[in-house]
Amino acid sequence: MAEDTAHFAGEEGGQASGHVSPAVAYEAAKLGIWTFLATEVLLFGGLFTAYIVFRLKFPEMFHKDFVHLNRLLGAANTVVLITSSLTVALAIASIRKGKQQLLKLFLSLTILLAGVFLVIKYFEWTEKFAHGLFPGTDIFFSLYFMMTGLHGLHVLGGMLVLGAMLFLAGRGRFSESYHTPVEISGLYWHFVDLVWIYLFPLLYLIG
Amino acid sequence: MTNAFAAAGAASPSAWKIDAVFLFITGVSLFFFLLVEGLLIYFAIRYRRRKASEDAATSDVKSNTVLEIVWVLVPSLAVLAFFTYGYMVYRDVTAPQPGAADINVTAGQFLYEFKYPDGRTAMNELRVPAGRPVKLIMTSRDVIHGFFIPDYRIKQDILPGQYTYLHLQPDREGTYDIFCTQYCGVGHSTMRAKLIVMSADAYAAWMARGEGVKAAMSLPEKGKALLEKFGCLGCHSTDGTVKVGPSFKGLYGREVHLEKGRETIADEEYIRESIFDPGAKVARGFPNIMPTFKGSIADDDVAAIVAYIKTLK
Amino acid sequence: MTETTANGLAVPENGRSRGYLDEKGFRSWALTLDHKRIGVLYLYTTLFFFLLGGIFALLIRIKLMYPGQAIFSDQTYNVLFTLHGSVMIFLFIIPGIPSGLGNFLIPLLIGARDVAFPRLNLASYWIFVAGILVILGSLFRPMDTGWTFYTPYSAKTGANIAFLSFGIFLVGMSSILTGLNFIVTVHKLRAPGMTWHRLPLFIWGMYATSIIQVVATPVVGITFLLLAMERLFGVGFFDPAKGGDPLLFQHFFWFYSHPVVYVMILPAMGVISEVIPVFSRKPIFGYRAIAYSSLAIAFLGFLVWGHHMFVSGMSKTASIIFSFLTFFVAVPTAVKVFNWIATMYKGSITFESPMLYALTFIFLFIIGGLTGMFLGALATDVHLHDTYFIVAHFHYTMMGGTVMGLLAGLHYWWPKMTGRMLSEKMARWGWLLTFIGFNLTFLVQFYLGFKGMPRRWAEYPPQYQFLNIVSTVGSWILAGGILVMFSNFIRGLFRGDPAPANPWKGLTLEWRTASPPPTENFETVPVVTDWPYGYAKRKPADDG
Repeated sequence: MAEDTAHFAGEEGGQASGHVSPAVAYEAAKLGIWTFLATEVLLFGGLFTAYIVFRLKFPEMFHKDFVHLNRLLGAANTVVLITSSLTVALAIASIRKGKQQLLKLFLSLTILLAGVFLVIKYFEWTEKFAHGLFPGTDIFFSLYFMMTGLHGLHVLGGMLVLGAMLFLAGRGRFSESYHTPVEISGLYWHFVDLVWIYLFPLLYLIG
Repeated sequence: MTNAFAAAGAASPSAWKIDAVFLFITGVSLFFFLLVEGLLIYFAIRYRRRKASEDAATSDVKSNTVLEIVWVLVPSLAVLAFFTYGYMVYRDVTAPQPGAADINVTAGQFLYEFKYPDGRTAMNELRVPAGRPVKLIMTSRDVIHGFFIPDYRIKQDILPGQYTYLHLQPDREGTYDIFCTQYCGVGHSTMRAKLIVMSADAYAAWMARGEGVKAAMSLPEKGKALLEKFGCLGCHSTDGTVKVGPSFKGLYGREVHLEKGRETIADEEYIRESIFDPGAKVARGFPNIMPTFKGSIADDDVAAIVAYIKTLK
Repeated sequence: MTETTANGLAVPENGRSRGYLDEKGFRSWALTLDHKRIGVLYLYTTLFFFLLGGIFALLIRIKLMYPGQAIFSDQTYNVLFTLHGSVMIFLFIIPGIPSGLGNFLIPLLIGARDVAFPRLNLASYWIFVAGILVILGSLFRPMDTGWTFYTPYSAKTGANIAFLSFGIFLVGMSSILTGLNFIVTVHKLRAPGMTWHRLPLFIWGMYATSIIQVVATPVVGITFLLLAMERLFGVGFFDPAKGGDPLLFQHFFWFYSHPVVYVMILPAMGVISEVIPVFSRKPIFGYRAIAYSSLAIAFLGFLVWGHHMFVSGMSKTASIIFSFLTFFVAVPTAVKVFNWIATMYKGSITFESPMLYALTFIFLFIIGGLTGMFLGALATDVHLHDTYFIVAHFHYTMMGGTVMGLLAGLHYWWPKMTGRMLSEKMARWGWLLTFIGFNLTFLVQFYLGFKGMPRRWAEYPPQYQFLNIVSTVGSWILAGGILVMFSNFIRGLFRGDPAPANPWKGLTLEWRTASPPPTENFETVPVVTDWPYGYAKRKPADDG
């Protein structure tokens, strides 16, 4: 009568949650990543709140300062990130069909695009510094550097996570039936993209 | 009005009003305290396990919806009463009093500087006549400080870059403590001042004697000199004439129409902001060309300018 | 060797094996994936900081016996009260019950073998330790801002604030990950038959706590990040000279720090909800009311942060709204208290140490809660804010509340966690000294505050001296009680009598397995058919 619904079987692939069934582990992972993304919304939310507060207080400053931002590079970065969301989605689609090579290809492309994003960001920032615009210059630039900086750190983190996925994919850890880490990494990556979709217009576009 | 707290009568109307709220909350809370703690202790004793009934099964009662509703509603009503009474008295003691004398307070690590209307300043000593309301206009030179008069039961934090206000109704003569209540550094616990409430006669005598650091000019006089020095009168008149900028006559306390359909009241904060960040609130119909005086006009001087503008009724 | 009890559950006999404690060696602890071991690691760490924070408190109280300069400098005093608050809050009280008892017990109570993400759980612990090391590292230039770090002072002071901010960020990250782990665990890993309304109330409390941790902590993370940026790069959100607003810091800070007090109290309330029915041998009264009140408290707790700012310069309108909302958080709290007392009605009550502490919790928390009424009301708060009244209020709720709840939980689950019994005699002496010492220390502080003594004052006017001396003497008695208690703990680790699987005859799932439990928690995963509070149907002798 005491039904044993749990067993220790570490599956092919080896889950850390070896004490639950694969179906439960998958559900748990999905709930886990969504909960984590909720915390990220609140982390960035603090900065967005500061943005709103200061925009209402100093509309002139925002009008005056935002023209210094490089809209071209910002737009390029937007395209880069959106494309990287596409490639990570394709990576997941591939492994859902068991296609290992395509998985690795699309993961690599995503990481590459993330790198491009950071390089473009590097050029943007150094251009600002060259013009004497620093985080301490005024509140608008404080917001600009903090928001894009925190976002950039998340891009970097995403690169590391996706890099780990690529490494594990190379070891043959994923399959048609088990690719949960890839899926949740993909969800995180989409979030990082989404934050940028809000940042870009707020900082670069609306005067 | 009697109150159970002040030993020999309250020092100020704010004290006895707030003490009345204390009394009310204490009374109601004491009732619930005795009831609930009493039941807790009573049940613990009454239903302790005794040898004789060690093996008996206990009551199976698990819930009672009526009881749950009752003990949600009753506390709700009690707290609603606390809120309402607390709010009413708060509104009372923080309301500006007509005829109040303005006294500027500048707090800095670790002392209070009081500036009287006649221009004199005093350190750590606030003298007022009994019976006349006082409005404290407070700002800080550095970090956040507190301003607490225990005998009056009121306090207000003092911020840098802004004005905060405290309304006093000095009633009983005497000397009262003023304490800093917002941690501000190593000297925080020695940052104290005295409120000295004198009879009207004694106060007049003190004013005539000229104790305290008396400035060469009164505050409004100093303000007028500053307006001349910094060229403000080039664009702003003091007699109602509209020049490049709005006139200062009748400005203080008036509702000002701003661009984009906004309105504001011309209080101390508005005048200060207009001096340091003129583009923040531009008066309707006027161009946004006023330069900023941030860095050239000091905070203390702003207080003098405000005092002068107040005289231009 | 197992035997089967009347209800068909397999209960392993306590033989030589000490279950999850068997495997020895540093690596087996440092790299463990067992939630029970991780819980034990947290308990050791947090209880260490409780003692350290307590030493700071004793030093504070010694200086406060004298109104003027005495014993050590004012600046040392200022550093001490900042350290006392920061250590107690960030390194003891916030992680205490959740990461310690929560980690150990949540899987056991829901019939799971571990939490949802064991590796993440281990990472949470080491991130916590990393944060501790960074915070300790910042002490080379110790801070004196108070644990609230208000700007502009915290942005200007010479201390290592940026370093410290990073340490607190890490500690916060640890609590976010723990909360996340618990949410997923409760949702997905419950044993068959364990519906939401058959969950033990400790789980409901921990669930609500985890939601708060996950939603509120990121905000304090960004707050400290911004403070660090202000110091390092001249970012000016909180600096009036740059157009910033010091009140913005306070809003951000309290948006987290108010809900966090519910992170502190909800788990403790959960413990009480477990202990009272067991030691009254009666079903918990108002199960659903207690369960849902935890969620109500979690929700309402997010709406009231401004009541820390009534005299800050915040607008009067905002103050009025916050005052109104603040009072309503009291109602679900009161509901719990009434239900606990109703549980005792017509029960069969015994007073072993877990019950002593649970009753003490209720007694002291009522005082803490009622004194909060004066603080929620605008007129009275204007007088009491930043005085010793506040200090007394939060010590009654945090120490009289949370710490008593933790102690109740420690005494209750000690046999399960260690396989040994504590000495009841020592426990009672420890309790008595703690109770007397606590009240002597803090009750007089309500009056000191009403009479106007400000908080965070190293020196004070002489009229306050007598009560300060009384309070200090109280702190020595309190320290004595803690000493006796911890001696009991140490003795209990090595020389306590072996504990049976179910010394208190409880009905929740953790008592169905050995004391200490095996690494996999249960020999076979239990199937749940009833709620865990059906005491009345059985006589005490039934659960032998």
